[in-house]
Amino acid sequence: MIEVRGLTKRYGDKVAVNDLSFAIEPGKVTGFLGPNGAGKTTTMRLILGLDYPDGGSVTVDGQRYHDLAYPMREVGALLDAKAVHGGRSAYNHLLCLAQTNNLPKRRVGEVLDLVGLSEVARKRSKGFSLGMSQRLGIAGTLLGDPRVLMFDEPVNGLDPEGILWIRNLMKALAAEGRTVFVSSHLMSEMENTADHLIVIGRGRLIADCSMAEFIARSSGASVRVRTPSPDQLVMAVAAEGGSASASGDGTLIVQGMTADRVGDIAFEKGIRLHELTLLRASLEEAFMELTADSVEYHAATPGQGSGEAASQPGPAAAPQPHIGSGV
Amino acid sequence: MATTTAPEAVRLAELPPASGRAGFGGALRSEFTKIRSVRSTYWTLLVLLAISIGLGAAITGGTAAHWNQMSPGDQASFDATQASLGGLFYLGELVITVLGAMVLTSEYSTGMIRTSLTSMPRRGVVYAAKAVVFTCIALVVTFVAAFISFFLGQALLASTHHGATLSEPNVLRAIIGSVLYVSICGLFAYGVGAMIRHTAGTITTVIGVLFVIPILAHLLPQSWFWDIHRWLPSSAGEALSTTVGPPPEHLFSPWGQFAVLGAYTAVLLIAGGILFRKRDA
Repeated sequence: MIEVRGLTKRYGDKVAVNDLSFAIEPGKVTGFLGPNGAGKTTTMRLILGLDYPDGGSVTVDGQRYHDLAYPMREVGALLDAKAVHGGRSAYNHLLCLAQTNNLPKRRVGEVLDLVGLSEVARKRSKGFSLGMSQRLGIAGTLLGDPRVLMFDEPVNGLDPEGILWIRNLMKALAAEGRTVFVSSHLMSEMENTADHLIVIGRGRLIADCSMAEFIARSSGASVRVRTPSPDQLVMAVAAEGGSASASGDGTLIVQGMTADRVGDIAFEKGIRLHELTLLRASLEEAFMELTADSVEYHAATPGQGSGEAASQPGPAAAPQPHIGSGV
Repeated sequence: MATTTAPEAVRLAELPPASGRAGFGGALRSEFTKIRSVRSTYWTLLVLLAISIGLGAAITGGTAAHWNQMSPGDQASFDATQASLGGLFYLGELVITVLGAMVLTSEYSTGMIRTSLTSMPRRGVVYAAKAVVFTCIALVVTFVAAFISFFLGQALLASTHHGATLSEPNVLRAIIGSVLYVSICGLFAYGVGAMIRHTAGTITTVIGVLFVIPILAHLLPQSWFWDIHRWLPSSAGEALSTTVGPPPEHLFSPWGQFAVLGAYTAVLLIAGGILFRKRDA
């Protein structure tokens, strides 16, 4: 278990991580989310002791990272796949890492097999594609068979095949009961993999909850209604404190009340309904909404902001205009 | 290339049970793997050997060719040992500082330092292991360079009948002294590298201190020069390699001069080590 307590890190005047506290529970995939520049990488560097905090503390299984007897047996971390000496072969790169933790030499061959780099083991890593570098980095994290794995933006810049490979690997690692802590600035990346979420923005904790809670907590939940008498329903909903607006395809989108309540109101008023659907805010939108105030560099988007941005990489985006736009 | 699908399960063989903790032994093995597994090491050491031996041969061969034109005074004061070792302690020193600097700075330029310190977070251990591995390699290679330079130089001087032999006074001290001098210059660069963390900046600084400052010092009024000469780190090379005639004026004894360089190097290594431990990687 990784425990972060009151962690603070400043670079000059800039506060990169601000009084951050959370715990990463074993045996789960914990997604670490935040817009670019939110302090995810800094937090991971602080966990690993690469940077020193200005305040607060981090422990791994109750110990400071520096004090772990064999760090590679406890934590496997990949922050930057290109943080290798390009002139060294994949084999020798892994060998020099294994040697620091007294791991057997044969281990190097095993992890190379696992990530599928055996054929290029003797090649210098300078010529590796990003996907291959990523695999080499992951091979390094597995050398010590650690219980905790940490990946910083592991799918950044990968092709779809590479993304799928990493996703499957993370699931496989978690299925074996390992703790997987993985950062991303794309919510869609977490949607199928993470059990738990830690969301930060501008170095502060925004949410620390299960995936289900995260979705429920976001206010984006809305109800789609199809009815032959839309005008009556709009008025009825408004009278009860909700809001309904027409969407393009002849349905109404109701916000501010549950699907049950909408059905009850319709029944009381004698309005016929042909469809009543709870639209779960897609994760991407919930995330955009939560972090809208904490995005460090806003692009001046003409027209609507986040609703649009949310839909591009994510899964089929739910309704349209009501959601997001906290800009 | 690689397989395209990730394994369904990550099945790795069991590791032997852990005992003790990651320490200096593992760090030494790791650093040795690092230094032997990049080409730049071999190139640098090859250049060191070629330049040291080649320049030593050029100086001694050239002297032999012009021996008869030299005045009897020049012939008498000719230092055959120093001439044969000239390549090593003038230019070999330059090459070893490149290797000494790169041992650490290349980790910063490639980003490898973050991977290294994640696998072994006890930085003092990493720092010491790097220094030890580098020193051992530097000693072995400069030892080879020094003896080849010496014997080749004396062979080229055979026609002058003024060649030196190992049994003559001060000769062995000059050879061993050159080995130690050049190796410690590499450590000097290692310490500076830990502070500056950039290859080019480190090499420039070290060359400035070891090569340029002595040249500038010569431009000072002579009495000033005499006062500071013995305090320059580079003066150790001159003092240690001189075997003929009275000891150079205004310098400490050869080993005293070596102690001055050693003290500078120790200060740099300690300061570099403190910064290496304290700073964010």
